[in-house]
Amino acid sequence: MSPGAPLAAGAAGPMTPEPLRVRSLRRETADTWTVSLDVSRRPGGFPFQPGQFNMLYVFGVGEVAISISGDPGRPAELLHTVRTVGAATHALRGIGRGGTLGVRGPYGRPWPMEEARGQDVVVVAGGLGLAPLRPAILHLLRHRAEYGRVSVLVGARTPEDLPFRRELARWQEDSRLRVLVTVDKASPGWTEHVGVVPALLSDVEVDPARTVALMCGPEVMMRFTVRELERRGVPDARIHLSLERNMKCAVGFCGHCQLVPYFVCKDGPVFPYEKLRPFINLREV
Amino acid sequence: MPEVTSSAPEEGRAQLSLEQFAALLAALRGEGWRLVGPTVRDGALVHEDISGAEELPRGWTEVQEAGTYRLARREDGALFGYSVGPKSWKHLLFVPRLRLMSAHREAEGFRVESEPTEPPRLALIGARSCDLHAIAVQDRTFLEGPYKDPDYAARRERLFVVAVNCGQAGGTCFCVSMRTGPRATFGFDIALTEVLEGGHRFLAEAGSERGAALLSRLEARPASEEDIQAADAVVERTAQSMGRTMDTTDIKGLLYRNLEHPRWDDVAQRCLACTNCTLVCPTCFCSTVEDTSDLRGDVAERWRRWDSCFTLDHSYLHGGNVRHTIRGRYRQWLTHKVASWWDQFGTSGCIGCGRCITWCPVGIDITEEVAAIRATDGARSGA
Ligand SMILES: Cc1cc2nc3c(=O)[nH]c(=O)nc-3n(C[C@H](O)[C@H](O)[C@H](O)COP(=O)(O)OP(=O)(O)OC[C@H]3O[C@@H](n4cnc5c(N)ncnc54)[C@H](O)[C@@H]3O)c2cc1C
Ligand code: SF4
Ligand code: SF4
Ligand code: FES
Repeated sequence: MSPGAPLAAGAAGPMTPEPLRVRSLRRETADTWTVSLDVSRRPGGFPFQPGQFNMLYVFGVGEVAISISGDPGRPAELLHTVRTVGAATHALRGIGRGGTLGVRGPYGRPWPMEEARGQDVVVVAGGLGLAPLRPAILHLLRHRAEYGRVSVLVGARTPEDLPFRRELARWQEDSRLRVLVTVDKASPGWTEHVGVVPALLSDVEVDPARTVALMCGPEVMMRFTVRELERRGVPDARIHLSLERNMKCAVGFCGHCQLVPYFVCKDGPVFPYEKLRPFINLREV
Repeated sequence: MPEVTSSAPEEGRAQLSLEQFAALLAALRGEGWRLVGPTVRDGALVHEDISGAEELPRGWTEVQEAGTYRLARREDGALFGYSVGPKSWKHLLFVPRLRLMSAHREAEGFRVESEPTEPPRLALIGARSCDLHAIAVQDRTFLEGPYKDPDYAARRERLFVVAVNCGQAGGTCFCVSMRTGPRATFGFDIALTEVLEGGHRFLAEAGSERGAALLSRLEARPASEEDIQAADAVVERTAQSMGRTMDTTDIKGLLYRNLEHPRWDDVAQRCLACTNCTLVCPTCFCSTVEDTSDLRGDVAERWRRWDSCFTLDHSYLHGGNVRHTIRGRYRQWLTHKVASWWDQFGTSGCIGCGRCITWCPVGIDITEEVAAIRATDGARSGA
C-alpha cells in the first residue's frame, strides 16, 4: 500500500520537511517553472517512482503537493514543475537559485509501470498533467524494449501553454514514440492539431486486449478520454488516472484529500478507473 | 510493580466502597498520574483535571435530546450518573492545536526542528465504553496506517484508563446499535460499575496487570456472585433504555447506493454547516496545517489545528471547491461516518455516542437521517 519508503519520516516525524537547495530554475511557460533541487548530499540521491509527488515547503508561507517531474532513472536529479497560481506557488517561484525549500516525500501510488510491461501504452496529458507523466515517459524510453507501442497525447489551451515544449518536439522526432499534440486555440504558425485531447485518440490504433492508459489532466478531460477508451474496448482496470485533491499532510492524517472511500494521498493519486467508476461521475465527491 | 495478590479474586473483580474508590484515585495520583475526569463547568459535564473523587459531579445528571443539553439534579449521590458530555477524550490525544515544527533561518537556507513529544501521564477517570471504541477508531488513523503520528503515539502510550460501565443511557445514545457499549470490554486498566441500590458501591474489574495490581493494593473485598449480578443488572438496564437506535444492516451499501438520494437536499436545507458535529465527534480526525513566520521572517512555525469537512476550505483546489454546497458536505460527513470509514479503516466511524445529535444547533439527528434514507432506499433527487 505504501510504495517508496517515507524518506522524511522517522525520528523527525512525518510532517517535518528536509531543507534542500535550489540548483536551478527553468522557465516552461509564462507561469510554469521547473525547479531542480540539490540532492547531492543525500546518499543515493532522491529515488522515486513515476507518478509520485512531494510536499514542497516555502519558509513561513506554506506547503503544497507537487509531482516529481524528473527521470526516475536519474535519482541524482530532483525536478518539480510548478505552475504559479497562489500564495505558496508564487513564493516558491520567488525563491530563486541558491535558495532553500523544504521537501518531504515521495508520496503516493505510482503509475503501474510493471503492469504495463509488454503492453501498448497510451499516455494522455492535459496541460500540466504532463508533469507527473513525464517520469513515466522517460521510464518507457529507458526500458523501451520491454513495452509495446507507446503513444503520447498532449493537449493545452494554446501552444504557449505547453510545458516541456522543446522536449515534446524532440519526442516527436523519436521513432520509438508516437506523439500527438493538440491545442484548444492555435496561434499563428501552429501546424499540429486543434481541438480537445480525447479527439486525438481517433488517430491512435488501440488494441483493447493489450493497451494500458495513463492519464492526468483536468477531470473533464479525463472523463471524456475514459469514455472514448471504453468505447474502444479498453477495460476499466487498465485505464489509470492521477487525481488532484486538497492535501494538507500527504500521509493519511488530515482527511482533506478524501474521495468517498479513498485518501487520494495514500491510495492514489494514481487510481485504476475501475476503482473510481462508482464515484467519479457524481458531483462534489 | 507489586505482584497481583489474593485480595483481587481470580477474575480480577473486586467490590469497592466509596472510600476505596477515593483511595483508588489518590493512589493513581500518588503514582504520578494526572487525573482527568468529569466535572461541572459552565453548565456542562466536561473532562478536566481533577484532584480526586470530591470533584466528581456527585448527584448531577444530563438531559440530552436533539439540539438540547442541560444539567439536572439526581435524587441520589451517583458520581457517574450521566452518559457523555460535549468534550470527548479526543482533546487529550488528538489535541486541537499542536505545533509540529519550527524552522530557523540560517546563513544558508534554514534548519528545521521537530517538536519534542513529552506529554503528561494521564489517568482518564470515567471513560465510557463508546469512548474506548472511539479511541480505538482513532488509533487506526494515527497509529496503524503507513505513517504514525508521533504526538498521538506518545500521548496514547501515557494513559491509565479507569472506565465506567454506564448506569444510565443518555437521550441521544445508541451504542447498543453500534455494538460499542454500554459495557466496556477492552482498552481499560480498571472498569467500574457504579451500583446504587442496596448501598452505594462499585464493582471493579481489572483489565491489565497494572490495574489488577492497583486494585489489590486497595485491599478490596473480592466481588461475590451477588455483587456481580447487581452490577450486571445496572448495565443491562442501561442497554434496555437507549435514547436512539440505528439499523446498521448493510449500512455501507445503503449509503453508497444512495449518494443521489433526495434526503441530501432536504437535510441541506436544515444544516448550517457550523462544524459542531465534527468537533464534538470523538472519531473525526480532520486537521489543517498552518505555516506562519515571525515579523522578521527569521523563525517559522508549523501548526496543526482541528478542521472539519463542513468548511468550504476543506475541499479547496485552485479554481474551485470540490464540495461547494452544504448538500455535498453533509453527504461527505454522514457517508464517511457510517460507510466509507469501513473501507478506510475496517470499522464504523460512528460509535453511537450521540454527541452530534445533542450539539447540533438545529437538532439534525444522524439516526433519523439514516432511517429516512433507508425508508426510501433507491430514491433519486430530481436535480
Ligand atoms: C498529488 C498532486 C500533485 C500535484 N502536482 C502538481 C505539479 O506537479 N505542479 C503544479 O504546479 N501543481 C501541482 N499540484 C497542484 C498544487 O498542489 C496546487 O497548485 C497548489 O497547492 C496551489 O497552492 P498555492 O498556495 O499556490 O495556491 P492557493 O490557491 O493560494 O492555495 C492555497 C492552499 O490550498 C491548497 N490547494 C490549492 N490548490 C490545490 C490543488 N490544486 N491541489 C491541492 N491543494 C491545493 C494548498 O494547500 C494551498 O497551499 C498537485 C496537486 C496534487 C494534489
Ligand atoms: S457521528 Fe455522532 S453519534 Fe457517531 S460517534 Fe460521532 S458524534 Fe458520536
Ligand atoms: S466526517 Fe468530515 S470532519 Fe469527520 S473525519 Fe470525516 S471528513 Fe473529517
Ligand atoms: S492529504 Fe492528508 S489525508 Fe490525504
